Amino acid sequence: MVKRLLFIVPALLFLALVVYFFVALRPGYDPQTLPSAMVGRPVPSFDLPGPPAPPNYAGPPVKLGFTNRDMLGRVVLVNFFASWCVPCRIEHPVLMGLGPAASVPVVGIAYKDKAADAIGFLNEYGNPYVAIALDQSGRTGIDFGVYGVPETYVVDKRGIIRLRHVGPLTAESVAREILPLVRILNAQPR
Amino acid sequence: MIIELGHFALMLALPLALIQAVVPLVGARRRHAGMMALGDMTALAQFALIALAFAALMNAYITSDFSVANVAENSSSAKPLLYKISGVWSNHEGSMMLWVLILTIFGAAVAWFGDNLPPALKARVLSVQAMIGTGFFLFILFTSDPFLRLANPPLDGNGLNPILQDPGLAFHPPMLYLGYVGFSVAFSFAVAALIEGKVDAAWARWVRPWTLAAWCALTVGIAMGSWWAYYTLGWGGWWFWDPVENASFMPWLVGTALLHSAIVVEKRDALKSWTVLLAILAFSLSLVGTFLVRSGVLTSVHAFALDPRRGVFILILLGIAVGGSLILYAVRAPALEGGGLFAPISREGALVVNNLILATGAATVFLGTLYPLFLDAVGGPKLSVGYPFFDRTFVPLMVPLLIAVAVGPFMAWKRGDLGGALQRLWVAFGLTVLAGAVALYVTQGGPILAVGGLMLAAWVLLGALTEWVGRTRLFRIPLRDAARRAIHLPRAAHGMTLAHIGLAVTVAGIAASAWQVERIVVMKPGDDLAIAGYTLHLDRIAQAETPSYHAERADISVRAGDRAIAVLHPEKRTFPLEQMTRGETAIRTTLLADLYLALGDDDGKGGATIRAYWKPLVPFIWIGAVLMALGGLLSLSDRRLRIGAARRRVPAGAAAEPGE
Repeated sequence: MVKRLLFIVPALLFLALVVYFFVALRPGYDPQTLPSAMVGRPVPSFDLPGPPAPPNYAGPPVKLGFTNRDMLGRVVLVNFFASWCVPCRIEHPVLMGLGPAASVPVVGIAYKDKAADAIGFLNEYGNPYVAIALDQSGRTGIDFGVYGVPETYVVDKRGIIRLRHVGPLTAESVAREILPLVRILNAQPR
Repeated sequence: MIIELGHFALMLALPLALIQAVVPLVGARRRHAGMMALGDMTALAQFALIALAFAALMNAYITSDFSVANVAENSSSAKPLLYKISGVWSNHEGSMMLWVLILTIFGAAVAWFGDNLPPALKARVLSVQAMIGTGFFLFILFTSDPFLRLANPPLDGNGLNPILQDPGLAFHPPMLYLGYVGFSVAFSFAVAALIEGKVDAAWARWVRPWTLAAWCALTVGIAMGSWWAYYTLGWGGWWFWDPVENASFMPWLVGTALLHSAIVVEKRDALKSWTVLLAILAFSLSLVGTFLVRSGVLTSVHAFALDPRRGVFILILLGIAVGGSLILYAVRAPALEGGGLFAPISREGALVVNNLILATGAATVFLGTLYPLFLDAVGGPKLSVGYPFFDRTFVPLMVPLLIAVAVGPFMAWKRGDLGGALQRLWVAFGLTVLAGAVALYVTQGGPILAVGGLMLAAWVLLGALTEWVGRTRLFRIPLRDAARRAIHLPRAAHGMTLAHIGLAVTVAGIAASAWQVERIVVMKPGDDLAIAGYTLHLDRIAQAETPSYHAERADISVRAGDRAIAVLHPEKRTFPLEQMTRGETAIRTTLLADLYLALGDDDGKGGATIRAYWKPLVPFIWIGAVLMALGGLLSLSDRRLRIGAARRRVPAGAAAEPGE
């Protein structure tokens, strides 16, 4: 009898899997709110192109395209965004408020976005980034462990990921989570 | 008109599949020869119809008929012919057509070559094949119709994703599908055996060639995908533990286990229910792979256009196919056991170890792929796992497997002699230690684990060679006699040796990747870069135009010391129609190491980022995979498995294998 039960196990396991898949497919499910195993690890290496310089751009100078090495030596927020992403528009004013006045530079990686669209998005809503890069294939996003946009990473002076924030940044999360950590990291030697 | 003909052929295949799913099954139960034989005709007719439908779709691609929605979305008239053809399966709808084409090819092959099968078993196998076919015909017709017309056809199509415009990728999906779908035959045999309630040595021998063929195709398919990623993505990576890569790797692991456990069924009449389970799982995991890519449950670089409706449909198909077969398994499999005595130290014992490790490996990959979402579904803490998880779990799991691979073939059936086996391996062991010491000396201060990996590779290689030398008695009897022994060895034995050597070669390539050298610098024309004993000189960066893209092309001359050895041209291509940019890497290989160059972005001041890598032994990864597949093919050509051989078969257990 016990032996018979053993043969039912595969079917039961599969049943559990099917239930789970239905959960995963339910409307409104979003696999974006996951912290990362990458925290405490170095930023994956990347070398991403930038979009072409926007015409009639009057804001502060922006670096177009960058590599992970460009970020070494200072605390940086890496923000994955996309023009097609609605929560990114919710988050955008918070990033703008952070802007050049804040003690931390923000670099933007446009995730699976077209150059023209990403530039259009920034032209319309303003540019909070000191550097912009395009991750058209999403490969860098996968290296980071990005499940969706927006996502923000705090990276320390030595290029180690210290925090992953999933979903739109809010004024509250910036004040309570991001900026205190940035202050601590800024105080650390290189 | 031709497109409508193709559409009609596809629709006609559905009722045929329905008939084939029911009539031969009933015929087998009633022992009605005519009803059983009907399956042969319908299987061949299904193949003819789907081939016609597929040809119609391909014709629309070749003639750039943009009134067909699928063609307009995925092709354009300026593409070279090769990419017009490969464009057929570059998208969801077309790739499903390829899927069912291969399914019907296998169905027709069973009908055509299966004369030596008992009619009832053959009828049931074809019925199960037709059930799978029915599900997928419905899926295509209702959710993924490639034959839809556009009311207002555009002048030109949207083009093919530039990443896919590559000869390596043109043949990657067909090979992969040959593997995935090939396992459907093993699945059908397993389900048919459960319905019949009988699994014996003859059954194992009939399943084995189909499994081998599917396994070879899957091995090559995975290797092609990995090689393509290596030379295309520009980072020199060749495996990313991406969900879709994992989806192809899991059936491979289970299929490898199935190949080995089927031998035990054939030779020892044991492990029956386990083998049946593996046959079910190999195909189930192929279906899960199909599901993962097309449903949007997991995000991946490979993801097709996401559509939850399709996901639900495939999930229902999956539920019926896998759930149904596993329930059948739960009811029928307990009656299958029996067979010979089973000593832990024996050839069959070693094969059980192989199976346990491979199955655990597949389960680990499965867990790592779905774990993030699993935890989320049960409300647990949220975490995403990436390569760190697989490096820490899957890789250590393979160490005991690789150690055992060398020892297993020395064990005798029924009761082995572990001490005796190890005694015969002492030379191999000594050479392995020597190889490790040499590697340690040469790479002083390098990563120590990689030396361990190389030693494992050497151990597997030397073990396989020792076993082969032992069989042919090379070095112990005159060369001519040894050659005669080698010729008379069954091809399956040569196949095993070759496949195990392939495994060793791949492991060596993977282990050596730890010694790669990476330089990423901004260079201006005239600059030099030194890497791994080479000097790279950037001569110039030129612009070039072609009909489908605009290219920036660097001329980099490579010198070793004072000797100029090559000029390499990494490129960056911009595709205006698709608004995408992709790199074209330049690789100079000596087969022992690759010099790998990719052109990055220009810095706006006349310089450009150059990514240069020196990758020792990296070609071994794919050479090894090809050797494994060749080993499989060699084994497939063994007379024991040849068509009709089963009729003249010698009693199980006495076949082929000379006593060790």
